[in-house]
Amino acid sequence: MEIRKITIIGGNGKDGSKEAVERFDLKMGDIVSIVGPTGCGKTTLINDIELFANRNTPSGRQVLINDEAVPEDFSFDPSKHPIAMISQHTNFLSDLPVGEFLTIHATVRGAENIDKILQETLDFANKLTGEAIIKETAMTELSGGQTRSLLIADAVVIGNSPIILLDEIENAGIDRTKALELLKGYEKIFVFVTHDPCIALLSDFRIVLKNGAMQRLITTGQEEKSAATEMKKMDDIMLSFRSIIRAGDEISEDILNEKMSVLTC
Amino acid sequence: MKLIIFAGPPTCGKTTVIRQVIKRMIAKELKPSYLKIDVLFADEDETIHKEFGIPTKKIYSGELCPDHCNVVVLDEAVEWAQKSGSDFLFVETAGLCLRCSPYVENSLGIVVLEATSGMNLPRKIGPMLTLADISVITKIDLISQAEREVFRYRVLESAKGIRVVESNALYGIGIDPIVTQIIKSPEVEFPMFLRGNPPVGTCTICVGKKEIGSKNHFGVLRTLEQEIFYVGE
Repeated sequence: MEIRKITIIGGNGKDGSKEAVERFDLKMGDIVSIVGPTGCGKTTLINDIELFANRNTPSGRQVLINDEAVPEDFSFDPSKHPIAMISQHTNFLSDLPVGEFLTIHATVRGAENIDKILQETLDFANKLTGEAIIKETAMTELSGGQTRSLLIADAVVIGNSPIILLDEIENAGIDRTKALELLKGYEKIFVFVTHDPCIALLSDFRIVLKNGAMQRLITTGQEEKSAATEMKKMDDIMLSFRSIIRAGDEISEDILNEKMSVLTC
Repeated sequence: MKLIIFAGPPTCGKTTVIRQVIKRMIAKELKPSYLKIDVLFADEDETIHKEFGIPTKKIYSGELCPDHCNVVVLDEAVEWAQKSGSDFLFVETAGLCLRCSPYVENSLGIVVLEATSGMNLPRKIGPMLTLADISVITKIDLISQAEREVFRYRVLESAKGIRVVESNALYGIGIDPIVTQIIKSPEVEFPMFLRGNPPVGTCTICVGKKEIGSKNHFGVLRTLEQEIFYVGE
């Protein structure tokens, strides 16, 4: 089945009251953020999307594909599952070497040239990590950042899923600006659960959650887009400081002034 | 009467799955009953009875393997469930040595596996998995989606044609398809026979006597009421 659009129809919040956002659509190429304080139900919302909730989850939400309800006993052939979810997990529990795991996953997903796709996945992941991931490493030995990078690369390259849900990508110690840049090269629906203003303002729109319910849908306007450009500069400065510290160098007053001067001009 | 047998390694989430299933069965006005077979300790019969008010029972297998105990008491258990006015008997058993399996013909065999137990688990547990009708994978919220797909592949590699249901039983996610299969399952028929050949061994069950009921076996036996007796030379 080709997915052109999915629709989320609101259910109820934690106290049982109806959600203020009654429905919203996700179309191919959309980048959307889900924001709100910790514990407000952001992860629950993407879980509902991932499971194609049909009023059968605690939130009572319903997900439509191309305007049609998903039948009750509907389950995708896992090799064709249209949604890839990158959860907050920063640990693998699988006791397999990276290469073997990816080989099996590519096989499950019906890939033709396994070696090529495996290399492409590792290359993608290694653009996001500090230390490169090696095929022979056990999955359980990867660091948090390496795990997240590999999960994202796996979802995009091996999974090739049209819809990708990412839960707090900013917490993983990966290069998230780089990640966003790489992801934008793919025509997919991206849904970010995030606390990061840059990610939120680079999205087409954002859903605000409170007490388990969708409160508002905010479309990113021109003013916010300009704000995002300014924030990006601050972000780049922080990243450049991070690189200096990571490399074992010191930050002098000159370096500080030089980096900060970008903001005043 | 329909017989549903739940097996799976200890702490994999069998009882949590069963609770969620019972809740939905009761909502559909169906009448399940519940038998727990365990080795030394279990209180699920009391907690499930208290929570749902359905007929429950437990039996300790003690020095026997729980699957072995299942073979000698299951006929009486089905009669007990019938007498208590149930339409379904759920049996939860903690099979231990993994050489045989508790499923009988004309029943629904459900193996519960936890997603976190490692990619080699499906290759390790033999007939408990390969002779089951449904494999319920629990705790899916604890692993990544990629790992779920690979785990599922490993399950299907060991048990071709098995129906795989992924669930997060704590939140009642993925339970509906199990209920659907339970309702569709066949009526139990007497005499009951084990599905698989037990391994070669020294007890009557292990040497291949598959018919259910203590009257069909020798050695140290027991009834559902825990009367232990000896039949033989």
